[in-house]
Amino acid sequence: MKVAYWPGCVSRGFTPELHGSMAKVAPLLDIELVQLDRASCCGAGVIAEHNQELADTLNARTFALAQQVQGADLMMNICSTCQGAQSECQERLDANTEYREHVNSTLAPEGLSYEKGLTNKNFLWLLVEEIGLDALAAKVKQPLTNLRVGPFYGCYIVRPRNRLGIDADHRRDNYLHELIAALGGTVVDYAGMRKCCGFPIITMNKDASLKQAGRHLGDAVDAEADCLVTPCPLCHLNLDLQQPLAERTVGRELNMPVLHLPQLVGLALGLEPKELGMNRHVVRPTSVIDWSTSVVGSAAA
Amino acid sequence: MPEAHDRPPQQFKLRLRRYDPESGQAPYWDEHTVELEPHRSVLEAVLQARDRFDGSIGIRCSCRQAICGSCGVRVNGEPALACHTHLDAALSGAPEGVIEIEPMGNMPVIKDLIVDMDEVHWKKIQRVTPWLLAKQPVPEREYLVPKESMVDVTQTMACIQCGACVSDCLAMEVDPGFIGPAALAKAYRFVGDPRDAEQHERLNDLAQDPQGIFDCTHCFKCVEACPKDVNPMGQIMRLRRIATSDQHIVDQNNGERHEKAFTGLIKDNGLLWEAELLPRSYGGNSFFGKFHPAAGKELVSSLPSIVKALLRGKVTPAGALKPHKIPGEDLKRVQSIYDRVEGREERYELNLYIAGEDEAAADELVTAGVASGAADTADAQVAEGAASAPGPEGTTSTDPTGPEEGAGSSAPAGEAPSTTAPPEAGTGQDPEIEKTGEEADAVGPGEDGEDTEKGSEG
Repeated sequence: MKVAYWPGCVSRGFTPELHGSMAKVAPLLDIELVQLDRASCCGAGVIAEHNQELADTLNARTFALAQQVQGADLMMNICSTCQGAQSECQERLDANTEYREHVNSTLAPEGLSYEKGLTNKNFLWLLVEEIGLDALAAKVKQPLTNLRVGPFYGCYIVRPRNRLGIDADHRRDNYLHELIAALGGTVVDYAGMRKCCGFPIITMNKDASLKQAGRHLGDAVDAEADCLVTPCPLCHLNLDLQQPLAERTVGRELNMPVLHLPQLVGLALGLEPKELGMNRHVVRPTSVIDWSTSVVGSAAA
Repeated sequence: MPEAHDRPPQQFKLRLRRYDPESGQAPYWDEHTVELEPHRSVLEAVLQARDRFDGSIGIRCSCRQAICGSCGVRVNGEPALACHTHLDAALSGAPEGVIEIEPMGNMPVIKDLIVDMDEVHWKKIQRVTPWLLAKQPVPEREYLVPKESMVDVTQTMACIQCGACVSDCLAMEVDPGFIGPAALAKAYRFVGDPRDAEQHERLNDLAQDPQGIFDCTHCFKCVEACPKDVNPMGQIMRLRRIATSDQHIVDQNNGERHEKAFTGLIKDNGLLWEAELLPRSYGGNSFFGKFHPAAGKELVSSLPSIVKALLRGKVTPAGALKPHKIPGEDLKRVQSIYDRVEGREERYELNLYIAGEDEAAADELVTAGVASGAADTADAQVAEGAASAPGPEGTTSTDPTGPEEGAGSSAPAGEAPSTTAPPEAGTGQDPEIEKTGEEADAVGPGEDGEDTEKGSEG
């Protein structure tokens, strides 16, 4: 399938391995990525906090660009925060014709216009709802047998449920569980899996922020997870990049590798850890080595 | 299938969290099977268990119709009003066919399902000076307020002080001193009131407090928890917006600097430049921000992470020093959007709670939310039915004359028709919501008194 692909900012900044691994995984799943190079940052809630109309207009521009991609089935993102921030803007734009027209009038000089009803799905949703877990399982070359994976959903992709289209028939807040199982791994439940990683307040209240990251990582350690997987690069920043600081804050050794969603999928599809950028994490995915072949070891070294 | 209220009584298994701090015993789970019609509430089930099996079960309740806010608990791990949760709904969310009922979180347990609201929730409410500090002179009779201003704060007035948002606040979980969602939503009720004389003082206080408006992690837990659609997090964001953009308050928590740095960097580059965002959030929004002592101190404290990131090649010096940008033509377009929107005399804010959805939008609500499933057609028709059903007079009331009292019985005006709600449960659409405030715009300065008195322990 062909998708208008929005990688977001952080996947091209501090977590380049996310964008890179998505590019490797997409062809294996017959996903054609048409990257929205001209679009701007979703605002991550911060621009909306500053000025709601500004965030709505910038995202309407992104949506309009996505709607211009010929033959694309939908827009796809690889960042929960983009999903959440964009869904919030889209909710307002879709709900109120007058407001949408007002926002579109700002886009008009560029010849762009957003028409309501865009489908914008995170890669996780696309995997489950468009590709299907059975079809995905059929492509698995290296099942994640005996790998104990803790899902880390974060906030933006599970709350609020109404806005994100979560209901009894669309258990999007449980998709990571289903996915890990479909890839042959063992799902590890732990207290923090749908809690906040703490990233949004890292500059405002660093101690509380790192306490959040440290607690969830600690819970996962206690539940004997080998690694975590997250659909959110901002969560990855607090859980992986900041893990050395989180360890100090909570006063315990954590050493918990955190994988991006496409990396986990890529491993199961038979890609090498190094191709997936797993050597670039702050916490080495050494616990993944026990499960996988020695090739992983060389990547982590 | 017959409607819920026509169905005969059936058995429901309850698992209750029991705890008596004075007993010296650890908390434990207690199971009871009750028999009730499926449309009955979780509260009725607990009361039946108490009446029939164990008179010592503690739960607090009063009105039994989602107005008093006394019976906040956790049902299957999620915060809820026990009286406002139907048994059939609770059962469908119960993992093993057993409805799990626990006391709310973030507050100490007094006994079983009763938590100490005084110890946490009410202290925090008091913290924000929850009464009007009226501009003088106060008129002898009604203190008139423009209709739009009162409509603007109705959402925060819908709060019934049940504590569900406090229970699940993730910032409070790690930082118990955080003022928290309920109290900050209450703060907006007065910050947004044009009769209040202390708007700047209130905002400055809440912005400078390390556990104030900038301590919220934006996790949406309170949005999800609130049984009255108060959207506490949204109110916190509005407090931030007014504090930074209108009152130009520069706080000691980097809140204002972070927001400015973030929006500024997107205007300059179109995309985020993380390596520049962090130092600017500490040192100020300019190229020189990173040379500010505060930025230097932060840099040193973050060295363990930075060094590892550099070693792993996660962040390269070249990558960190150079922003990634969108193409020049597009950047110009983005900048002209900034100029146009930020140049407006007044910010244009759409609050769906107040504005509601227009009819055309409601028709396509389901298709917009979940696009792929063909099975959605049935749901779409349901949503359409809800949208076209005219709401009975008064059900969408956001009547500003008595919002605190009427909050419980008035359905939120802008509530989207739920995709699963049967048509009669929908609140209907009311595009002319403005008219609800027509009667009078007066509010007495002391109208908040009564919501501090409530709750009886059972």
